[in-house]
Amino acid sequence: MIGPMLTTIEDLVAAIRPGMLVAIPPDYSGVSIAATRAIARRGIRDLRLVAVPTSGMQADILVGAGCVAELEAAAVTLGEAGPAPRFNAAIVGRTLRMRDTTCPAIHAALQAAEKGIPFMPLRGLIGSDILANRTDWRVIDNPFAAGDPIVTLPAIRPDVALFHAAKADKDGNIWIGRRRELVTMAHAAKASIVTVEEIVDGSLLADEATAAGVVPALYVERIAVAPRGAWPIGLLDIYPADEAAIAAYAAAARTEAGFRKWLDGFLAAKAAA
Amino acid sequence: MDRARTELLVVTLSRLLDGARTIAVGASSPIPGAAALLTRARSGGATRVLMLGSIKHNSFTDGGRELFDCAAQGRIDAFFLGGGQIDGAANINLVGLGDYPSLTHRFPGSFGSAYLYFLIPRVILFREEHSPRVLVPKVDFISAPGTSAPRIYRRGGPVALVTGRCVFEFSAGRFRLASTHPGEDAASVRAQTGFDYDVAGDVPQTPGPDEAERALLAGRVRDEIAETYPRFAAAWAAAA
Repeated sequence: MIGPMLTTIEDLVAAIRPGMLVAIPPDYSGVSIAATRAIARRGIRDLRLVAVPTSGMQADILVGAGCVAELEAAAVTLGEAGPAPRFNAAIVGRTLRMRDTTCPAIHAALQAAEKGIPFMPLRGLIGSDILANRTDWRVIDNPFAAGDPIVTLPAIRPDVALFHAAKADKDGNIWIGRRRELVTMAHAAKASIVTVEEIVDGSLLADEATAAGVVPALYVERIAVAPRGAWPIGLLDIYPADEAAIAAYAAAARTEAGFRKWLDGFLAAKAAA
Repeated sequence: MDRARTELLVVTLSRLLDGARTIAVGASSPIPGAAALLTRARSGGATRVLMLGSIKHNSFTDGGRELFDCAAQGRIDAFFLGGGQIDGAANINLVGLGDYPSLTHRFPGSFGSAYLYFLIPRVILFREEHSPRVLVPKVDFISAPGTSAPRIYRRGGPVALVTGRCVFEFSAGRFRLASTHPGEDAASVRAQTGFDYDVAGDVPQTPGPDEAERALLAGRVRDEIAETYPRFAAAWAAAA
């Protein structure tokens, strides 16, 4: 039952400890800005973030707030609102260890963790400076066809998958619809901690139509209710991105002082607007 | 927005897509998205479009990895890539300026380029800014190489580069100036390009939309692109 799983947002992020490898989803999926606020408020440091496979405001806030030691991502951008200012400043200022990658490499390395195997081969990459700078990746010869070099990536096994979803049922099953990178994240991670818009009656597994879009409770450690918990990022067809709020962030975060002022307001807010 | 310029770019990219069965379009790409939708509108049902960020024009159901898996299976015929820097060997840099990792300026990141450039047969490079700071002799960081040695598994790569000034075609490891947009000529393009490329004979002007294309752009294409890029579609309509 959900009893022991369902908790407050403060207790939810207490499961995230310094140094942990934390997987976060892209802006089109299910980003928990509510948990981002709670992490920054708690002052959790030295996180190693893995964006699956990109991030936006979430990574930028956590980097700006000093919570992140290392970031693996195929891209960090605020999309239409422009560059991710605190991320960019941390790269130029060399205060962040960056592991540049490409989208399918993140997906493939998580799939290796899903299967409990040590690595996954992937096409492409050879001749790129991404590969040249990834000392943890290896080029091997295809064992089934000589003279065919192929890149192998070590499995990524996050300590935590952190995301936001539309709903959970009282058994702790999470409905994510077709956003199946969240399923991959949940399978690959040791534990998922999830914020949801609402808890619904009945089992999400009882109906074939909802069951197909479920991350089962098997993978889930903690759940907290956070209405509009992705705001100002959007959530599926439930609410769109608040473009004005993201643009306001982009403008404020251009300077360290502007970001600090924005962060004070963000941390003081009880919940999303 | 300069309406004539936007429509010229959409039509030019669309013509490069003609004949493709399945076109994928990445995030934050309104002009390539409109070009793919125009090709679909003109295809009589033969062309499928998979546009990331769209609900209506994107049938993927297996998460972020499905586009990449599809590309590796040979199901995607055409795709667009860009770059903060692009060089004369069609290497693209989406990571930053400077001596990596000591960058003086950071770009968002490589996205799927380091993979899709190898696997999608028809990759069209699109970068509206055409200046010596973008079109450089050699990129500072290779997110994805334009060509590979014969022993490297590669089924795709760049076929053309479209900018705000011209169209380059790419073959045998070099760009060739194929056409210049209205207001430009071979000399003005050369002055704004940092890499070396070929020019053969007289360079024609890039043709704009014909009547049928104009009607599709103002109707079906603009309506369809509005679902994913409402601000772009509104600015386009307002520039009418």
